[in-house]
Amino acid sequence: MTALVEVKGLDKAFGGVHAVEGVSFAVEAGQVYSVIGPNGAGKTTLFNLITGLYIPTKGEILLNGESTARLEPNQLAERGMCRTFQQMQICMNMTAIENVMLGRHLQLKSNLFTTLFRLPALRRDEESAYKRAAELMEYVGCGEYVGAEASAMSYGALKRLEIARALAADPKVILLDEPAAGLNATETAALEDLIRKIADQGVTVMLVEHDMKLVMGISDRLLVLNYGRVLAEGTPEEIRQNPDVIAAYLGG
Amino acid sequence: MLNRFMQSRLRGLMILALILIILPAFLGNPFHYELVTQMAIIAATVVGLNLLVGFAGQISLGHAGFFGLGAYFSGIATGTYGWPSVPALLVGAILVALIAWIVGRPILRLKGHYLSMATLAVGFIIAIILNNERALTGGPDGMPVPAFEVFGWELSAFGRYSLFGLEIEGFQAWYIFASVVLLVAVWFALNLIESPIGRALRSVHGSEVAASVVGVNTAKYKSLVFVISAIYASLMGGLYAHFQGFITPAVASFEFSILFITMVVLGGMGSTFGVILGAVVLKLLPQVLADFQELETVMFGLILMLTMIFMPKGLLPTLTAIVSKRMRKKAGGEA
Repeated sequence: MTALVEVKGLDKAFGGVHAVEGVSFAVEAGQVYSVIGPNGAGKTTLFNLITGLYIPTKGEILLNGESTARLEPNQLAERGMCRTFQQMQICMNMTAIENVMLGRHLQLKSNLFTTLFRLPALRRDEESAYKRAAELMEYVGCGEYVGAEASAMSYGALKRLEIARALAADPKVILLDEPAAGLNATETAALEDLIRKIADQGVTVMLVEHDMKLVMGISDRLLVLNYGRVLAEGTPEEIRQNPDVIAAYLGG
Repeated sequence: MLNRFMQSRLRGLMILALILIILPAFLGNPFHYELVTQMAIIAATVVGLNLLVGFAGQISLGHAGFFGLGAYFSGIATGTYGWPSVPALLVGAILVALIAWIVGRPILRLKGHYLSMATLAVGFIIAIILNNERALTGGPDGMPVPAFEVFGWELSAFGRYSLFGLEIEGFQAWYIFASVVLLVAVWFALNLIESPIGRALRSVHGSEVAASVVGVNTAKYKSLVFVISAIYASLMGGLYAHFQGFITPAVASFEFSILFITMVVLGGMGSTFGVILGAVVLKLLPQVLADFQELETVMFGLILMLTMIFMPKGLLPTLTAIVSKRMRKKAGGEA
């Protein structure tokens, strides 16, 4: 069985600094796969490489067995990859639900002609996108903001809104970059449930996260990065007992 | 919710139509009609520019270049080569769209000041060509443009027409024509904005990276809106040429580009009806301040600055916010 996401010998240098160096791993479809490591270990850089925002210096990324070299982020989205950001990327010039409807972009079949004359086909398309977006907002737990401006939402709600937007694209794999950062304990628990729900639907989840309790609880496998290199890879149980990981984290 | 949204969308258009219908009651002489017709044509141009600037967040300081190209193409095709007006307008718009697409691809990769500079340069190049190709354009002295005609039926500001049995003057006929054009331009713009395409455009402004990771081809949409706004400018330039009956390279000048941008910023970036108000205010201002004509450019600069500082959202959105706040306060006080 081929992996959904496969990374081979990935390297990214910014000038002389190797943010990611010789990283290889594979994510099977349906897994919750987490990337952990101290600050500056290259986790976000790795995500930016996988989602096409950065171009690798060396190495290869395969999505469903196909090389993603030279593919733009929007082309990766067409192939079923979606993500959220550590520094949230919400369109504050739009309403909350419009942000989620934006996620339906690839599913909508409107052209300039149907748009300019606002033909019934477009209106039907828009109504279904609106309905789906409202469902998703309910699903991620920010249903009360359906009629709100994005700028009127709380931090925690915006984080969930970003997940709803990514889900709106019907992704095969969703990459969440520190979704629990800045959330309180209750919100984190709700997030854990949400990630489980998403994974149970068959969507592969890749996660960068600092909250160890959250990560150890929901991950099928983990990748530990340190100074851009792979320190360890395995199941939560293997990682917990790995002496290198203990040394890096506990300074032993 | 969605229904209410769509109703409010068309409400604005209906109010605009109502204003355009009532307005002639306050217009006394041909000069008034001329001014208002110019306003309508310029407003439609700015509605198009607002799609680029207000919604997609891309600056163009060279839009008068596209306006001027449209004006001159119509002028030359109908005047020198005897084409009918409508094909001239359309072919001109297609040509301008092509030019916008070709120059747009590379320059829309630029951001902020660099994009402004590049569009500025495009506008300058067009103005220089219009100034220097004397054989074709008449150079700085300008050129006459024949009256607008459809199927041999001429629309001249000096003609006399009967509309459903009502005798009207040529300038009144032009006013009606320009009003319909403006309404259609606004309708198209509103339809575009409230659509997946419009959402993609606004997301380019809101967060380009967010747009790209959900599958929006941001480069394509930036080009698309640049081309659409250039088509608006070209068509309106062509109409303007026919209406004025005489054009000079000033229609493609830097000052004109700045005027367009000032209308967008003053009226309210991203507010279709706001930018129409911006166009009206800035067309009226020189009439009110006729004694300070040489200070016009200074005025526009000052308006641009003051708007940016004191009401960055623009005139109409700011006013609407004040009114709705007052109304809410009133309602709150009574409750």
